[in-house]
Amino acid sequence: MTEKVILAGFGGQGVMSMGQLLTYAGMIENKQVSWLPSYGPEMRGGTANCAVIVSKSPVGSPIITTDATAALVLNLPSLLKFEDSIVANGNLLINSSLIEEKAKRSDLNAYYIPANDIANEIGNSRVANMVMLGAYLELTKVVSVDSVIEALKKVFGPDKQHLVPLNKEALDRGAAAVK
Amino acid sequence: MAIVYSKTEGLTDKQFHYCPGCTHGIIHKLVGEVLVELGVLGKTVGVAPVGCSVLAYDYFNCDMHEAAHGRAPAVATGIKRVLPDNVVFTYQGDGDLASIGTAEIIHAAHRGEKFTTIFVNNAIYGMTGGQMAPTTLIGQKATTAPLGREVATAGMPLRMSEMLATIDGAVFVERCTVHNVAGIRKTKKAIKKAFEVQLEGKGFGIVEVLSTCPTNWGLTPVESLKWLEENMIPYYPLGNFRTPEEGK
Amino acid sequence: MAKVLMKGNEAIGAAAIKAGCKHFFGYPITPQNELPEFMSRELPKIGGAFVQAESEVAAINMIYGAAGTGARVMTSSSSPGLALKQEGISYAAGAELPCVIVNISRGGPGLGGIQPSQADYYMTTRGGGNGDYRHPVYAPATLQEAVDLTMEAFDVADYYRTPVIVLGDGMIGQMMEPVEFKEATKRELPAKEWATTGTEGKRKPNIINSLALDPAELEKHNIKLDNRYKEIIEKEVRHEMYKMEDAEVVLVAYGTTSRIVKNAIDALQEEGIKVGLIRPITLWPFPEKAFLDIPETTKAILTVEMSMGQMIDDVKIANEGRLPIHFYGRAGGMIPAPEEIINKVKEILGGVK
Repeated sequence: MTEKVILAGFGGQGVMSMGQLLTYAGMIENKQVSWLPSYGPEMRGGTANCAVIVSKSPVGSPIITTDATAALVLNLPSLLKFEDSIVANGNLLINSSLIEEKAKRSDLNAYYIPANDIANEIGNSRVANMVMLGAYLELTKVVSVDSVIEALKKVFGPDKQHLVPLNKEALDRGAAAVK
Repeated sequence: MAIVYSKTEGLTDKQFHYCPGCTHGIIHKLVGEVLVELGVLGKTVGVAPVGCSVLAYDYFNCDMHEAAHGRAPAVATGIKRVLPDNVVFTYQGDGDLASIGTAEIIHAAHRGEKFTTIFVNNAIYGMTGGQMAPTTLIGQKATTAPLGREVATAGMPLRMSEMLATIDGAVFVERCTVHNVAGIRKTKKAIKKAFEVQLEGKGFGIVEVLSTCPTNWGLTPVESLKWLEENMIPYYPLGNFRTPEEGK
Repeated sequence: MAKVLMKGNEAIGAAAIKAGCKHFFGYPITPQNELPEFMSRELPKIGGAFVQAESEVAAINMIYGAAGTGARVMTSSSSPGLALKQEGISYAAGAELPCVIVNISRGGPGLGGIQPSQADYYMTTRGGGNGDYRHPVYAPATLQEAVDLTMEAFDVADYYRTPVIVLGDGMIGQMMEPVEFKEATKRELPAKEWATTGTEGKRKPNIINSLALDPAELEKHNIKLDNRYKEIIEKEVRHEMYKMEDAEVVLVAYGTTSRIVKNAIDALQEEGIKVGLIRPITLWPFPEKAFLDIPETTKAILTVEMSMGQMIDDVKIANEGRLPIHFYGRAGGMIPAPEEIINKVKEILGGVK
C-alpha cells in the first residue's frame, strides 16, 4: 500500500497543516512517510500545496507528479492544476462549497464535499480542511482517525487542547459526508 | 642602575617590518602597553588585517587571527561571541576598514559588538604601493591618482569616525594622532579607554589614529610628521566623538 | 530516542546542536531560512549565540573567528550565498579551521531561481575559492541521512581540521520526514591546542593564519594539506550501491535525484530490465573505486543530475574510459520524473527511439 496524496488550496486554508497531520499520523502508525511543500512566492496569497506519501515500504522520491492516488482540492485553481495528476481510479475530493465545477475525468472517483458549509455548521469555518481530511480518511483508511487526533494533540501543544473536540467533530462530519 | 624604560611585554621580540619613520610601530607599542597595564594580555585575542599591518599577528604577544581583507570586524564578532569574557580587538588600516571592509565595521558597530578597533589612517594604501584610499586627501598624489585625488571622480575623503559616531552601538569613538608626543599620550589614553569600555561590556569602541607613510607619501619621516599635522588634522579633526558618559 | 517529524532545514539545525554546535552565523536566503530561524530560537536556550550577519561574506568570516577559538560552528546558505562565502572557505581551509557549511542549493547562474537544483556540484567539489584546497562534501538523500551526516561532518571537520560542506537542495531543506537523533559513534578527536582562547601567560600565542610569504614555507603547507586530503580520500569516501547485480545500465545520481532514480530503477526492474545505481554520498572525495565494482553485464553508465552535467566529469574520471557514459539532466529547478529516466534507459538499450 502506498498512498500518494496532493493537498491543495488557497494559502490560509490550512492545506499545509492538513498534510502535516496526515504525515504525522502515518509516522505514529510506524508507516513510512514524507511531506513535501511547494515553496516560494506562490505561497504568498496564491495556491499552496503539499505532497504526502504514506507507505509500508520506504519512500523513494517524495515528489508526486502524475501518480497521485488522491487529491484534496479546496479551491478552483487547485482542481484545474491537479486533476490530471491523479492515477486512473484515484480519488478526487472537491470542496464543493467553493468549487462549482465538476471533475472532467470519468476514470476517477470524484467526491463533492461542502467542507466550508459543514465547518460553518459546526461553528468554525477554519476547520474546513479537517472536514476534507475526514472524508479522505473514511475513503482510504490510510491512517486511523485516532492517530490523526493523537498527532493533533502533539501539534497543538498544551495551550490549544480545547480545540481538539472541534477538530474531531470536523473529521467525523467529513467522514459522514462520503459514507 | 634603575631601569627607566623597557619594551612592553605586550609585544613579541619579532623585529617590525615597517618602513623607517612609519608610525605603525608607535601604535603597536601603545596597544601592547595598554593590554599589559589593564592586566588582560593573557585573555586577549587580536585580529590582524590585510595591509601594512598584515603581519601584526607576529608582533602582538597574545593569541591572534589573521583575517581576510576588510573582514576583521566579522572575525572579531565570531571570536567575541564564543568568548564573551575575553578581550578582543582588531587592528586595521584605512584600505581595510574604510574601503573593502566598510560593511563589516559599520555592522559590528551597529550590533554594538563588544570589541575594540584600532583604526590606523594614513590616507594611502601602503602595502600595495601607494594607491588611492577612501581617506586620501584632495590633491594628494597616489599611484592610482597620479595627478592628485579629484573630487569630481573620487569624491571627498571619507571621515569614518564621524560616520561611526552616528551609530548608537558605537559607544566610544575618538580620533587621535601620533605625530607628536602630546598626541601619542592622548592616543594611549583613548586606546585604554576604548578597552575599558569593552571590559565594562558597554559596546563597540574605536580609536582612529592618524599615521604617517613616508615611503608612499614620498617624504622624509620628519616631513611626514609635518605633512600629517598641516594636511590631515584640518580635514580629520582630532577629538572624542562619543563616550559612554555622554548618555548619562 | 523516538522518531520526530521535522523539516529538513530544522532537522539539520537540530543535528548540529546535538553534535555540540552552539554558535551559528548566517544570512537570510531562500530556501534555507528555516535553518537560521531554528538556530535563533534554540541556541540562546543552551547558552550559545546566533548572529544574523550583515552579509554572507561577514557570516563566513564570523565562522572563521569563532572556529579559531575551537568552538563547533556552523553557517548555512543557498547557492548565490555560497558563492559569496568562497573567500572565507578558502581562508578557513588555509588556516585549517574546522567548520560545517550547509548549502541548500537552488538553480543558477546568478540569482537563478529557488527550486531544487544540483548546479553547485562544481562550486562545492572544486572549490570556488582561491588556492590549492579541497574539503569534504556530503550529499544526503533523506532527512535521516541529513541528520546523520551533519553530525558526522562536525567530527570529520575536527579530525582533519577542515571545512566540511553538507550539500542539499530545496527539496531536502523544505520536506518533512521522520528522523531519529542517534548517538554518533565518537571518533578519537585530537585536543584543539591551536585554539585562540587567550594565552593566560602560560604558553606562546596561538595564531590562526593563512598567510605564508615565503614560497618554501607555503609549499610545505600545501604539501601538508595535500597529505591530509589524501588521507580523507583513503578513509572518508562513502557511497551506496543499489540493485547492481547483473545491471545492464548503471545509473549514477546523488541527493534528491537519487531518490527519483531509485523509483525509476524499481519500475524498470519490474519490467525485467536490470539497472542499478551508484549513489555517491561523499561528492568529494568521489567514490571512484565503486566504479571498479560495476558488473561485467553492464553496457553503459547513465549519469542523472539536476544540472546540465557537472558530476559527469567525476564519473568520466572514475570510469577511465571503460564504458560509454550517457547523461540525463534537468535544470533551473525542474525535477526529472521517473518516466523520463526510464525512457532514457530504454533509449540507451535500444528500446525506444
